Amino acid sequence: MSGLLSFVLWLPVAGALALLVLPRERVGAIRVTALATAALDFAVSVAAAAVFDRGHADRMQLVEQAAWIRSLGITYHLGVDGLSLPLVILTTLLTLLCVIYSWRVEARPKEYMILFLLLETGMVGVFVALDFILFYVFWELSLVPMFFIIGIWGGPQRVYAAIKFFLYTLIGSLAMLLAILIVYFHSSPRTFDIIALIHQKPLAQDLGLAVLAFWGFFLSFAIKVPMFPFHTWLPDAHVEAPTAGSVLLAAVLLKLGTYGFVRIALPLLPGAFQQEAGIVAVLAVIGVVYGAMVAMAQTDLKKLIAYSSVTHMGYVMLAVAAAASIAGRGALQGAAAATLGGATLEMVAHGVITGALFFLVGVIYDYRAHTRGLGDFGGLGLRLPVYTGITIVAMLASLGLPGLMGFVAEFLIFLGAFQIYPALTVLALAGVVITVAYFLWAIHRLFFGPLNTRWEVLPDMDGRERWALGPLVAVMVAAGIYPRPLLDMINLAMVNILSLLR
Amino acid sequence: MDLRPLAPELTLTVLGLALLSLDMVVPRDRKRVVGWAGIAGLLAALLVTLLPSVGLFGRPRLVFFETYAVDPFAAFFKIVAIVSAVLVLLSAMEFFQGRATLYEGDVYVLIVFMVLGLVLMAAAADLILLFLAIEFVSLISYVLAGSLKADRQSNEAGIKYFFYGAAASAIMLYGFSYLYGAGRTTNIYHLAQRVATFPPAFLVVAVVLVLAGLGFKVSLVPFHQWTPDVYEGAPTPIPAFLSVGSKAAGFAALLRLFYVAFPPQAWVMVLAVIAAFSMSIGNLVALSQRNIKRMLAYSSIAHAGYILIGVVSLTRPPAPDGSGIIGSGIGAVLYYLLAYTFTNVGAFAVAIAIERTLGSDAIPDYAGLSQRAPFSAFAMAVFMLSLTGVPPTALFFGKFFLFAAAIQNGFLWLAVVAILNSVVSLYYYAGVIWAMYLMAPPDGAGPVAEGSLTRVLLAVTVAGTLVLGIFPNAFVQLARTASHLLKL
Repeated sequence: MSGLLSFVLWLPVAGALALLVLPRERVGAIRVTALATAALDFAVSVAAAAVFDRGHADRMQLVEQAAWIRSLGITYHLGVDGLSLPLVILTTLLTLLCVIYSWRVEARPKEYMILFLLLETGMVGVFVALDFILFYVFWELSLVPMFFIIGIWGGPQRVYAAIKFFLYTLIGSLAMLLAILIVYFHSSPRTFDIIALIHQKPLAQDLGLAVLAFWGFFLSFAIKVPMFPFHTWLPDAHVEAPTAGSVLLAAVLLKLGTYGFVRIALPLLPGAFQQEAGIVAVLAVIGVVYGAMVAMAQTDLKKLIAYSSVTHMGYVMLAVAAAASIAGRGALQGAAAATLGGATLEMVAHGVITGALFFLVGVIYDYRAHTRGLGDFGGLGLRLPVYTGITIVAMLASLGLPGLMGFVAEFLIFLGAFQIYPALTVLALAGVVITVAYFLWAIHRLFFGPLNTRWEVLPDMDGRERWALGPLVAVMVAAGIYPRPLLDMINLAMVNILSLLR
Repeated sequence: MDLRPLAPELTLTVLGLALLSLDMVVPRDRKRVVGWAGIAGLLAALLVTLLPSVGLFGRPRLVFFETYAVDPFAAFFKIVAIVSAVLVLLSAMEFFQGRATLYEGDVYVLIVFMVLGLVLMAAAADLILLFLAIEFVSLISYVLAGSLKADRQSNEAGIKYFFYGAAASAIMLYGFSYLYGAGRTTNIYHLAQRVATFPPAFLVVAVVLVLAGLGFKVSLVPFHQWTPDVYEGAPTPIPAFLSVGSKAAGFAALLRLFYVAFPPQAWVMVLAVIAAFSMSIGNLVALSQRNIKRMLAYSSIAHAGYILIGVVSLTRPPAPDGSGIIGSGIGAVLYYLLAYTFTNVGAFAVAIAIERTLGSDAIPDYAGLSQRAPFSAFAMAVFMLSLTGVPPTALFFGKFFLFAAAIQNGFLWLAVVAILNSVVSLYYYAGVIWAMYLMAPPDGAGPVAEGSLTRVLLAVTVAGTLVLGIFPNAFVQLARTASHLLKL
C-alpha cells in the first residue's frame, strides 16, 4: 500500500480548490499556483515511476484498495502497470506544458486553470482506476472540463464543437455503462473490479451476450479514439479548441479510447473481440487511409494535424485488432506481442509528437500570424529558425522517420500486424506513404520558397514557448534512438495481457 | 387502539392546524414567520418519522382494520415528502420576498397540509383511503397552483389543473369500481388474492383506468398535458413541489397498488410502453423550450418515464447481498426519487431566484450568469449535469440503478431507449449551461444579487446532489431497507 497514486490523482483537485479561493484579480498568483500544482504532480508521477519495479511491469504496482461504496461492493482500487504508467506520465507532463504554454491566456485565467487541473485528475483517474465504476466516473469527469475549455476559450464555432464533442462522447459512455452492467450481472461472485473480472471472464460461455457487451465497449472507446466512422467530432473539436485544449485532446484524451481497448475490451471479452476483430481491423485501415487522404487535402494546418491523428489512431487500432484476432492461439503470439507493444508505444509517441505539433500551430496562430492557412506562409525558415527546426523534427517524427519516436512504434505495429493481416497491413502502409507526402508538402509550404512579406517582422519562439516544446522534442529524439527501457516495460505488460486471453 | 404508528400523520395534522392559527395573528408583512414555523415543525415531524413504531426499520404490517400499511417503504416516502416540503418552503419564502400578499401564509399552511396527503398516499392499503388521499393532495394542488389571485396565468394554471385532475380522478374511480365489483373488496391486500379469478382482459381495462389517475399525478404520457401550463403559470415553488413531492407519492401509490394487487402480466408491458413514450416525448418536446419552467416541465415528464423503468423491473427478486440495490427495480425507484428531489428543487430554486431578480423565465436571459451570479450558475450547472446523469452527481447513480434493474429483468431495450433519451436530454440541459457559461452577459449588466435564503437552499441542494453522487453508501442502504414493501 502506498498513497503515491492517490497523490498524483488528487493533487490537481487540491490545486483547483486553492485556485477557487484566490481572488480573480491576482492573475500572477493564479498562474503560479497552477504551475506549482502541475509541476509537483509531474514530479510525483516521475517519483512513482522511480519506485515502480520495471522488471515486473506485468504486475499491477503501487496498488491502493479501499472500500468506497461498501453496500454495492464498489471499491477505490488504483494501480499501474507497464501499460498505464507511461500514459500517466504523459498526462502529467503534457498538463504541465499546457500550463506553461497558457501563461499568457488573458480571458478568465482562473477558470481556465481550474478546468485544466480538473481535466488532469479525470485523465489520470482513467489510467489508474481498476474498478469499473471508478473508471466510469473518471471517464465522464474528463469530459466535462473539456466541454467548458472548448466552449469558453475556443474558436468561432466553439459552441457547436463543444456540444458535438459532449453528445458523441456521452452516447458512447452510456453504451459502456450498459456493457459494464451486462458483464457485472454475469460475474460470480458479483464484482466491479476490473482485474477480478478479467480473471473471471464472466461472458466466456455466452458468446452472443459477450458480443453485445463488446459492441457497447466498442462504441464508447471507438468514439473516443476516434475510429472511422465515429471521427466526425474530432476535426471540429480540435480546430475550435484553444491550443492547450487541442494538445490535451490529441495527446491524452484520444488515448483513453485505445487504452480502453487494450486494458478492458481485449482481456475481458477476448472471444467476442476475436470474432469481431476483422470488422475492427477494416474500420481501422479505412481510418488510416481516409484520414491521410483528407489530411492531404487540408489547407488549414490545425485541421491537417487533426486528421493525421485519425491516421495514427488507425495504426493503433489495426494493431489491437490483429492481436485480438489471434487471441488464445499458440502460433503468432510473438507477432501479437510485437504489434500490441507497438500500439502502446504509438499511444505515447502520438501523445508526445501530436501534442508538440498542436503547440507549434498555436505558436504561429495565437500570438503571431493569426492564420493557419498553409497557403499564407512560405519561407518562414529564414525568419524563424528555431520554430522551423522544431516543427520539422516534430513533423518528421509524425511521419515516421527512423531515429525518432514515431518510427519505432509504427515499425513494431506493422511488423506484427503484417504476419496476421497481410493484406490490410499493406493497405495501411499506403496511408503511411500519403502521410509522408502531406507532411513533406506542408513543410515545403510553410518554410521554403519566398518569404511572404506579411511575416517579415514575426519574432521567433520566446522562452515560454521553448520551455513548453523543449521537453517534447527531447523525448521524441531520446525515445527514437534508445526506446528500450520504455519498450521493455510495455512489452512485459503486453505479454501479460496476451497471456490472459486464454 | 394503538396510535403510535400514526405519529407522523398526527404531528403533521397538529402542525397544520397550529400554523393556520398562527397565520391569523401574524401581520401581513411578516408572513415569513409562518414559513419558518412550518420548517421547524416539519423537521420535528421528520424526527418523529424515525421512531421505531413508524416502521422504517420495523416489521411490515397493516394497521387500522388493515387499511393502512406500516412498512419501511411507506416510512421512506414520508421522509421524502417532508424533506421536499422543507426545501419547497424555503424556496417559497424566497419567492414571496418583495411581493407580500395576504395569502402568503395560506400557501405555507397548505404546503404543510399537502405533506399529510402525500404521506397518506404512500401508506394507503385500501382503495377508498387511497382515493381520499389522492383527492386531498389534488385539491390542495389546484388551490396552490392558482394562489396568485391577481395573476391571470396562475388562475389559468389552477383552472386547467382542476379540470384535468377532476377528469383523471373520475376515470380512476371508475377503475376502482371495476376492482370492487369483481373482487368484492376495497382492500388492496385482499384484492391481491382475488384478482387471479378475474378475466385477463377485464383486469387490463381496470389497470388502464386506474393508471389514468396515477399517471396524471406523476405526469406520464398520455396524461401529461397539464404539466407545462401548470408549471409555467403557477407560482414557481408549487411546480417544484409537484415535481418532487407529488410525483414521489404518486409513484409510491402506483408501486404499492400494482406490485401488491395486480399480477405482472396485466401491466408490465403497458407500463414499459408508457415509459418509452414518456421519456421520448418529454425529451423531444423539451428540446425546443425557451422558458425554463416549461423546459423543467417536459423534463419532469421524461424523468417520470425513466422512473417507470424501475417500476416495471420488479418481477425478479432482489439481488443477493453485497450488491445493494443493483438490479432491484424498487430500490432504483427509491434512490432515483431521493436524488431527483434534491436536484430538481435546486433547479427550481435557481429559476425562482433569477425570476425574482431579472424578472424573466427565458433561458436566453441566463446569458453570462456565471459572471453575474457565480454561485447560482455553478449550482444550476451541477443540477443540469445531474439531470443528464453525468457523474459525480446524484442522478448518475439513479440512472445506473435503473439501467441495472432493466437489464436484470430483461428490459434491455428500455435501457437502450433511456440511453438515447439521455443523450437527447443533454442537448437542452447543456443549453442552460451554455447560456450561463459560454454566452456573454448583456452589455452593462451588473452582478445579480444572490439572497441569503437562496444561498442556503442552493448549498443544501448542491450538497445533496453531490453527496448522493460521490458517497452514496448510506443512501443506498436506506433505499435497500425501504424497498421492503409489505406484500402478502
